[in-house]
This record gives sequence, C-alpha cells and structure tokens, in this order.
Amino acid sequence: MLVSVRRTWRGQVLSSFVQPVLILLGMGLTVGGFVDRGGALGVPYLDYIAPGLLASTVAQIAVAESMWPVMGAFMWNRAYHGMIASPLRPVDILRGQSAYMLLRTALPAASFLLVMTAFGAVHSAWGIAVLPIGALLTASLSGVILAYTASITSDNMFALLFRFLVIPMTLFAGVFFPVAALPLAVRWAAYVSPLWHAVELCRFATLGQPSALPVAAHVGYLLVWAVAGYELARRRFIKRLGD
Amino acid sequence: MVTTYVATRVARSAQRAGPVARTAAVTGRNLVAIRHSAYWLVVVSGFFEPVLYLFSIGIGVGGLIPSFTLPDGTVLSYREFVAPGMLAVSAMQGALAEVAFNFFGRLKWIKLYDAMVATPLRPFEVAVGELGWALIRGSVYSVAFLALMVALGLTTVAWAVPALFAALLTGLAFGGAGMAFSTLMRSWQDFDYLSTAMFAMFLFAGTFAPVESFPPALRVVVEWAPLTQAVELIRGLTTGRPEWSMVVNVAYLGAMAAVGLFFASRRMQKLLCP
Repeated sequence: MLVSVRRTWRGQVLSSFVQPVLILLGMGLTVGGFVDRGGALGVPYLDYIAPGLLASTVAQIAVAESMWPVMGAFMWNRAYHGMIASPLRPVDILRGQSAYMLLRTALPAASFLLVMTAFGAVHSAWGIAVLPIGALLTASLSGVILAYTASITSDNMFALLFRFLVIPMTLFAGVFFPVAALPLAVRWAAYVSPLWHAVELCRFATLGQPSALPVAAHVGYLLVWAVAGYELARRRFIKRLGD
Repeated sequence: MVTTYVATRVARSAQRAGPVARTAAVTGRNLVAIRHSAYWLVVVSGFFEPVLYLFSIGIGVGGLIPSFTLPDGTVLSYREFVAPGMLAVSAMQGALAEVAFNFFGRLKWIKLYDAMVATPLRPFEVAVGELGWALIRGSVYSVAFLALMVALGLTTVAWAVPALFAALLTGLAFGGAGMAFSTLMRSWQDFDYLSTAMFAMFLFAGTFAPVESFPPALRVVVEWAPLTQAVELIRGLTTGRPEWSMVVNVAYLGAMAAVGLFFASRRMQKLLCP
C-alpha cells in the first residue's frame, strides 16, 4: 500500500492539503471579514471554520479511500486476491487496510493543524487532540464504507454517494455555520452524521468552546460507528475473500 | 452497442445533409446516449452541487452576516450576492463536464470522433456539435437554478431572462476554452490542472466575497479570471443593477468562446485528419 503511494503522492497532496487550505483562506479571510463584522460567533470566522474543515477533510479522505482504491483491490488489480493466496486471512487484510486509512488521514490532518497554528487559529494546547479525533472519525466512517465496498461489484454508486451524502454532510454538519440555524429535519440529519460529532470535538479542542454534548457522548457515538462498521466490514471481507 | 447504433444514425443523416444538419447530428448523438445509460443520473446530479452551496454558504453562513454592503454602497442580502455566483459556477461546471472530461473520453478513449470523421462530418462540425450539447446541458442547469432563485425571491422573472442569456454565454465561453484545453491534454492526470483552476476560481472569483475586498496583488489576478467576468455580468443582472462595465464582461466571454472554438477545431483537424 505504502509502496504504491510513493508513485502517486502529488495528486494526493493537491486534493487533501492544498484544497482545504484554499477553502480556509477563501472562506476564512474574505467571507470571514463580513461575518466578523456581525460578531455572531464570538471568535474570528477563520478560527471557527478551521477545526471543522480539518474534520471534513479527514471525513472526505476516509470515505474516498474506502471506495475506489478498495474496489480496485477487489476487482481491478485484484491485489487482495494476491494477498489471500499468501498466509494472510481476510481479517488481516481488513486490519492492514484500516491501519493504512489511519495513516492516510493523519498526515493531512497534522499538516492542516500546522497551517491552523500558523494562522493563530489554535487557542489552546489541547489543539493537538484533533489528531486522535481525526483517527476516530476515520475509523467511524471507513468501517461502514469498507463493508459497503466489499459487498458491491460496480463503482457506479460511488460518485452519487459522494454527491448526495458526503458533500451535503461537509456543507451542513456544522463546518461553516452552527447547525442550530438549520430547519429541524436537516438538523437531525446533521446530528446523525459522524462528522458533526467530530466537528464539535475538534472545535472544543482548538477553541476551548464547550461542545454541544459532553465530550464522552460525542466520543461514544463515534466509537459505536467505528465498532459496528468494523464488525460489518469484517463479515463482508470474509464473505468476499474467504474461498 | 450504443456507439455503433449512433454512429450509423450520424452517418445516415450526414449523407444527405448540409453542415448545419451534420452538426446537429453530433449533438443528437449525445441525446441518444443519455437515454441509454446511467449518464443521465450523472447529468442530473451535477445540478445539485451549486444548489447545496447556495443553501449552505449563501443561506447558512449568510445568517451570520446581518448586513452586507458592497464597496459601491449597495446593501444586499448575502444570499442575493452568492446566488448569481453559484449560477455562474453551475454554467461553468455544466459546460466543462461535457467539453473537457467527456469530450476527452470520446476523443482519446472510445475514439468516437475517429468514427465520426469517417462519415462526411468535418472536425469543425464535430466541435460545434459537441459545444451545442454542452450548451444544452448548461442551459438546463441554468433554467432550473434561475427558477429556484425566483422561488426564493433572489431575483425577478424579468431579470432572470437576461441572466439566462448571460449564463448561456458563460457556458459557451468555458465550453470553447475547455474544448481547446482538452485537445492539448495527454492523459487524465493533466485534468488535475483544470480541476485546480476551477476550484480556485470557484472560491475566489468574486463568488463568496466581492473582489474589491481582496488584497491588491490577488485582486489583479482575480479580476481577469474568466469566472469573475461571468459572475460580475450575471450578478449585475440578477440583482437588477446593470452597468456599462458589463459590456467588457460580454466581450471577454465572447472572445473566449470564439478563440477557444477556433483553436479546438484546428487541433481536432490535426488529431483526426493528420
């Protein structure tokens, strides 16, 4: 896995680091100027969206990496089938893939944290906690998506899932504005999404603003997704790869 | 299957037709293709992204901006400011999805145009026909988006009509330029440049904040970006504040379309009939 990344890292840097930094600058500095004049948030707008953007970047990478590359390993280059011919078990492959996912999201998260620090958007030393939060968010999303990818044979749905679930999640789960401003039905959709819980936690870590629910509740919710997702993925992987 | 069937149809109608009908046959090919595959789902779903941004940034973040005063003193609601920007983005993306990504697939991957020029079709007619299709797709997005804007009270029907023409011109400009770009591309990876440029323009081309509020160095670059020209033109119309500077916007976009199309059809000539 890591060996193949060495060949394609340029494109990854572009989408997982340059784009979020551009959004941070574009929204934070220009639109932020107008938001700050209203003073509705209590902190500069750039500082407000920065932890949210970090979480939403992690979420997008975790979902995308659990879709196309994994589909490729099952169907297109059949890397998993090569692995299964060795003494590896399906569950070993799943664990390896999940561990790679954690690494894959940790690097952009860490570099984004550095950029945030440079812009003075990190108000407390607890800011470093966004890294474990990012890992938890990765685990909570990638398990479910891995299970889904392992149970289908065509990548047609991926683009639509991204457009109709992932993009709306990044736009409405409290990254750019508080979910309290949403109509009730949409607000509940945001509460259900793992991203909203991670955004609340990241914001608590970097700004010290208390989160909507107690920290343990947010963490617990993400853990439920992670554990359930892993269990689902484990079954699907065994079904797909076990003779 | 579909390709063979369509190629036959294109060939048949082209045999007894003049240049206009031959061009229309190329456009018609895509209308047939859309009915035969999941392509239509992709086309329909492309409409939603700018709409979601309108709701999230325009209305959601707009809720945090109590009063929004433009540098010339006009007071607008933030959603009225963002909506025309998203319309321009939608026109740009609708056109580029066709003439850049799909066009490249048909040119290099499924070799559709090699089949087409084996009929009496000329490369120029293929280029115009494809651009026509991109415009149809773009105009469907624009009409739907403008209807939404009218429903939300962000513009009036009277101003939506000229705004529709401005959006079509935007699609034509990006369509021509994008097609020229994709005849130069070597592989899918080169499209990263295009995606990055689109993304940067999406954020900075006066879509979410007035260009006048940018630092001077950035402002010079941004003001002459094609999307900025389109956003200013469309915004002037949907907010009902026409200005003389819009003549420059129209000329800019018109020139972009003409130069792009000219260059694209010359390149097609070279690639298809060496």
